[in-house]
Order: sequence, then C-alpha cells, then structure tokens
Amino acid sequence: MTLLASTAPTGALVLVTAVFLASAVEMVEALTIVLAVGVTRGWRSALEGVAAALAVLAALVALVGPPLVHWVPLSALRLVVGGLLLVFGLQWLRKAVLRAAGLKAKHDEDAIFAEQVAELQEAPPATGRDATAFTVAFKGVFLEGLEVVVIVITLGSTSHPSRLGLAAAAAAAAAVVVGLVGLVVHRQLSGVPENAMKMGVGLMLVSFGTFWSAEGVHVAWPGSDLAIPVLVACYGTVAWLLVEALKRTAVRPAPGRAAAPGATHG
Amino acid sequence: MVDADRDARSTARRWLAAFGHFWWEFLIGDTPELFVGAVAVIGILALLCTHTGLRTLAAYLAPVLVSLLLVASVWKAVRRRAS
Repeated sequence: MTLLASTAPTGALVLVTAVFLASAVEMVEALTIVLAVGVTRGWRSALEGVAAALAVLAALVALVGPPLVHWVPLSALRLVVGGLLLVFGLQWLRKAVLRAAGLKAKHDEDAIFAEQVAELQEAPPATGRDATAFTVAFKGVFLEGLEVVVIVITLGSTSHPSRLGLAAAAAAAAAVVVGLVGLVVHRQLSGVPENAMKMGVGLMLVSFGTFWSAEGVHVAWPGSDLAIPVLVACYGTVAWLLVEALKRTAVRPAPGRAAAPGATHG
Repeated sequence: MVDADRDARSTARRWLAAFGHFWWEFLIGDTPELFVGAVAVIGILALLCTHTGLRTLAAYLAPVLVSLLLVASVWKAVRRRAS
C-alpha cells in the first residue's frame, strides 16, 4: 500500500507528460492546416470545423473510455492496450531515430502550409458558409486528433486507479496551449522541435507499452510503477546510441552511392 | 425500400472498410516487423511467466527484447534505403 502510494505520482507524471507531448505534436500539425484554411478561406468556417472535430474527439473518449474501464478486466485491458502502445510507440520511436540521424526528412510545417494554401486557393470561392474550409479544418483536426484519442484512452484506462480524466485533461491542455500560441503568433509553428517531442513521446509510449503488456502476462516488475521511468531511461539510451551509430555510418557513405532524400509527411 | 437498404449496407461497408484501414495503418502500416515482433516479445514473456520463479527474470528480459526489436527495425529501414 505504501509502495503504491509512493509510486503512483511517478506513473501519473509520466502519463501526463506523454499525453501532453503527443497531443501538442499532433495539434501543431493540425494548427498548420487550420491556419492555412483560415488565411485562405476565412476564419468562421475554419473555426466551426475545428470545434466540430474537437467535439467528436471528446465524444469518442467519453463513449469508449469509461466502458473499457468498467467492463473489461484490468489484466486483459493491460495486455491488449500495452501491446497496442508498444507497437505504436515503436513506430514513433523508429521514425524519430531515423529523423534525428538525418536518414528521414523532418516534418516541414512551412512546406505543408504552402502546399495547403495552394490547394485551397484552387477551390472555388464560397458564398455564405464555406464547406471546403469546414471540411478541410475538420479533417485536419480530427485525423491528427484520432491518434491522441487512442493514446488518451489507452494510457488513461489502463492506469490503476483509472486516470482517463487526467489523460483527457492533459490532451485538452496541450490543444489549448498550442491553439493560444498559434493565435498569438498567428502563423504555423515551424520552430517547434517536433522531432524531439516525438522522440520523447515514443520513449514514453514504448515504456508504458512494455510495462503494461508485461503486467498483463504477470511479469513481476521490481519497484512496481517505478520501473516505468527506468524503462524510459533504458530506451532513451538505446535510441541515443542508435542515432549516434547511424550518424557515424551516414558520414561514410558506400562508394559511388549518393544520399537518398527522405520522406516529409508522417 | 430496397434501395434504402442497399444504401445503408453500402454505407456500413464503407465505414467498416475505413475502420479496418485505420487500424491496419495504425498498427502495421509499413512496419509489419514491429507488430509481429511485439506479439512475439509478449508471447515469450507469457511463456516465461508460466513459471512463477521466472517472472522477475522476464521483467529484465522485456526491455532487452524490445530494444533488439527497435534496432532490427531501424536496421531494416537503413538497409532498405541503401538498396
């Protein structure tokens, strides 16, 4: 009981950080789309699209989260959700490692903004409510937010006691912070260190995924929840070593082989 | 009536396909090795945990296996770029 009480805040802190960073990264990407829509097609329909998408995302969390917490046994939930987080986190971490090593192009908000503006300017102008602006803003926020919903539901529902509300609040706080910053600077946030944030989120998702999927099959973690920050440190070291090794390999290309360009999206 | 039924079925099929596509992209996408590897890691841990005495050993093995999986997937991406 004493051990649980002393380790619970550690898990909550890592959970809030993971959800906040994940939500912030996705919202920066969504903000780029919304700003492009607002600048080219007007703000009213763009903001209506944003509000509608946020409402649908919040409804998804409210509809799916509580039934999972109440009706699915915790060990089964942790096994399945931990597995999901492990796969999802490894995907984020892999991409972040490749980007940090310069083997994959970084997410370029400026290029995406310019691309969106050009596409939206080609659409015919609207009279009254702008369906194009609404749809593009809705899709941008909804699709970027869907990953956050999965993270909020999985991280929030598998904690014991359930921290679904805390996870949802952390995601909403990130959305508000990114929205306010976007409002103040009134441009896309290309200066945000997205890859570093993605690396951080990837590390935390992999750590939570490892911890919970292993708990689901009855692995006995030394130190209980305290194993989570230890896992974050372990995976952080592995990721750093990988990036350094790849950077060294990249400066010595194979003879006669040019460096290939990387991808930009995702 | 028949047309309405067909429309409803077609819409349901489209939603189902979109739902399946979302989860496929979400879990597998262009890194099927991570999905298969994660399932294998959890399977190995589950096997170890059938023996009560090996449950703590499994806790030390889990991050090692997951790290190896990450290294293998990154290595695969580097090899793919090189070829």
